[in-house]
Parts: sequence; structure tokens; C-alpha cells
Amino acid sequence: MTDVIEVSHLTKRYRDVVAVDDVSFTVEKDTIYGLLGRNGAGKTTVMSILTAQNFATSGTMRIFGEEPYENARVLSRMCFVRESQKYPDDAKPSHAFRSARLFFPNWDQAFADQLIADFQLPINRRIKKLSRGQLSAVGVIIGLASRAEITFFDEPYLGLDAVARQIFYDRLLADYSEHPRTVILSSHLIDEVSNLIERVLVIDRGRILLDETTDAVRDRASAIVGDTATIDRFVAGREVIHRESLGRVSSVTVLGALDADDRAQLGALGLEAAPVSLQQLIVRLTQHAAGTASTDPAGTTSEEIPR
Amino acid sequence: MIEEGRALFLQIAESVEDSIIDGSLPEEGQAPSTNELAAFFRINPATAAKGVNMLVDKGVLYKRRGIGMFVAPGARELVVAERRTAFADSYVEPLLTEARKLGLSPDDLSNLILDRARAGRGEASDATEGTSR
Repeated sequence: MTDVIEVSHLTKRYRDVVAVDDVSFTVEKDTIYGLLGRNGAGKTTVMSILTAQNFATSGTMRIFGEEPYENARVLSRMCFVRESQKYPDDAKPSHAFRSARLFFPNWDQAFADQLIADFQLPINRRIKKLSRGQLSAVGVIIGLASRAEITFFDEPYLGLDAVARQIFYDRLLADYSEHPRTVILSSHLIDEVSNLIERVLVIDRGRILLDETTDAVRDRASAIVGDTATIDRFVAGREVIHRESLGRVSSVTVLGALDADDRAQLGALGLEAAPVSLQQLIVRLTQHAAGTASTDPAGTTSEEIPR
Repeated sequence: MIEEGRALFLQIAESVEDSIIDGSLPEEGQAPSTNELAAFFRINPATAAKGVNMLVDKGVLYKRRGIGMFVAPGARELVVAERRTAFADSYVEPLLTEARKLGLSPDDLSNLILDRARAGRGEASDATEGTSR
């Protein structure tokens, strides 16, 4: 696999705030990434730096092997759909689409027209007068129809109802199947996107907390449920990232895949192992990291449990 | 349709196997493509491909160049044999655990199973019932 994006030691500081803290990662070609994390974690900052709309304080990055700043060769191959995209006062969606058509070499007008119909977007109304959902639809349509080699969607669904979000996910998957490309989707609706994304990048307080395939993440943790004292025996020596109790029953989230021996032991002890969804795991990991903030961000050594 | 927490590609492979077992996907019939599976289950095509490749490696599906994936001859037998092996672990073991918790002996269990099986067969198959009474 070739890497289309290489980031090393990227840092962005605003006065005394460190928005992105010494981040390194790579992005594979033709893969759908989920860039996940809490509000203010640094997702938008990373994306705007990668698309040369913001400057890094330090660190290096290569997009298609080149520096992106003022580099038309690179920029025309990327599309960044911002959550808070600004348009000129009198602009209508039809204007935005016409500009996009000029800018993006792979623009597919027929696909754009189909999406306009799917989202029932009034293309001759002024953008200022559009609802929040319609405004998001403008961005989504540009992001999809531009078929850029790297497309960033930053929380593209704000104001989109459940039906419109499903249209977005379905069209994205169908078009990606026909025209594979790199997509980086930032979202905090983790459950909704967890089946779409092949790799997960979790960012927390400016640092990368998780960089793995979605499949690997799924096996990464289990919730052990049962009698508190018995659980304590089972989880001894394992990394516990969360614990809650109701009377004598506890649910303890442990990291690490369970092998056949573990399962046999669980059965013998009368404990149950429940799967942990991607969303739950990320919530737990983020909370866990917050509890051990000053040490290792992945929390590999700590037994401490934040409450 | 899709459960949380289990590897998606395994679930995709199982769903294809289910269709082979129930006969809706006959041997030598064309299997759904990666993209069809991805669209139907609303999952990443790479994940669907992983499930399909697993079935190819197992000899359940085979690829005809330029046409697509097909169900291999003998696939149903292969899948059924594999499921039977896993049956004790995935169904009988949890059943015994729960029964133990409720104070049901293995004999109680087998009676329950026989009763249910009879009730389920019902009037439709009176003829076969005589032997088990």
C-alpha cells in the first residue's frame, strides 16, 4: 500500500494552547478513514493544516510526496468539506457547484445532479437562506462529486436528518466502490460510521490515541460482567480501562483480545464477556487517557481508573 | 442484521454461508460481489472483500476471472460440517451453563428438547412421531 499522506511530528500552537501535539501518522491510498475524537480534540486543525489552509507550528508533512502549501499540483487533488464553510453573500448552490466543477479535475456533473435530486436541494436559493441541513448537503455534494483523490469530510452531517445521512453514507460507499479514493471522515457519530471506515484514527487533546484497522479495534476490548469478587480474580494482571458496579454485579472493560483459555475460564467462573462497540471503546479510552493524562497517552502501564 | 463487537468480515462470510446452507445460493451459482455485499450491509468494501477472501481460502467460493465469485462444488457439505463442529461450543455449552444456573439436570434438558421438538413438528409429521414416544 502506498501512503498518500505522511505526517511527522506535527505541532500547532495558538499562544499558550497546544491544539496539535507532536502528531505522526500516515494515510494509505484508497482507504476510508474515520478521524474520531471529542470536540476540540484537534480534528479540524489537523485537516486544515493538511489541506494547506492553516500553518503548522512545527513538523513536516507530505501529500502525494510533496509539500501542499501553494502547490496547485497537490491542492487540486484534494477536497476539504468544512463543517463551517463560508460562501459569498449572494452565492447560490448552483454557483458553488460551478466553481467546484472548474476546480476539481475529476468532477462528475451527472453524479452531482443526481445528488442534488437525492437531497432535494434548491440550487437557486441563496445559500444564506438555506437551512443548516441544506447547507451541509451543499458540502456533501461537492465532496462526493469532486471525486478528489483525497477527500476530507469534517462533520459533514450537521443538520442532516437520519434519511439524508443514510443517503450520504450509501452514496459514499457506492461511489467509493466504483471509484476508490482516500476519504477522511471526521465524526462523533461513531456508531453510524463504524461500518464504513476501514481504519480508525482517534485524536484526543491534540494527540493520536489510536491508529488501527477497525477490525482490529473491534477485538481490542471486552466488557466482563458478573460477580464483583470473581471479576477481580479474572481481571488481575489485565489492563482495566473502565469499571462500573450495581450491587454485587460489576461490568469491567479490559483491553486485549480474549483467547480460548480466557473464554473457558470465564465460563468456569460464571462470568460473561460482552463485546464493546467502537463507540464505547473510544469513550472508555478517552476517559482513561484523561485519568492518566500526564503519563502515556495510550495508558499502557496504568491501572488507574478515572471516576 | 449486523451485531456489534464481532469482526464484520466474519459476519459477512457467515451470511454468505447461511445462503449456501439454506440453498438460496446453489453450488456453481454466482455469489454476490464484494460491492453488492458492501452496499447491502452498508459496510466498507474492503471489509466485505476480506470476508469473501476468507471464503475463497476455505474453498467455499472460487473466482472465475473477469466474471465474479461462484459457489464451489461441495461448498454446502463443507460449511455444514464446519457448523456442526462448532455447534457444541456455540449452542450446547451456553445451554448447559444456563440450565445449571436454573437447577435443570441434563436429563431435564433432554426431555425439554424432545418435548419442544415434538410440539414443533406438530400435526404436520405425525408419521415420524411414533418411534420417539
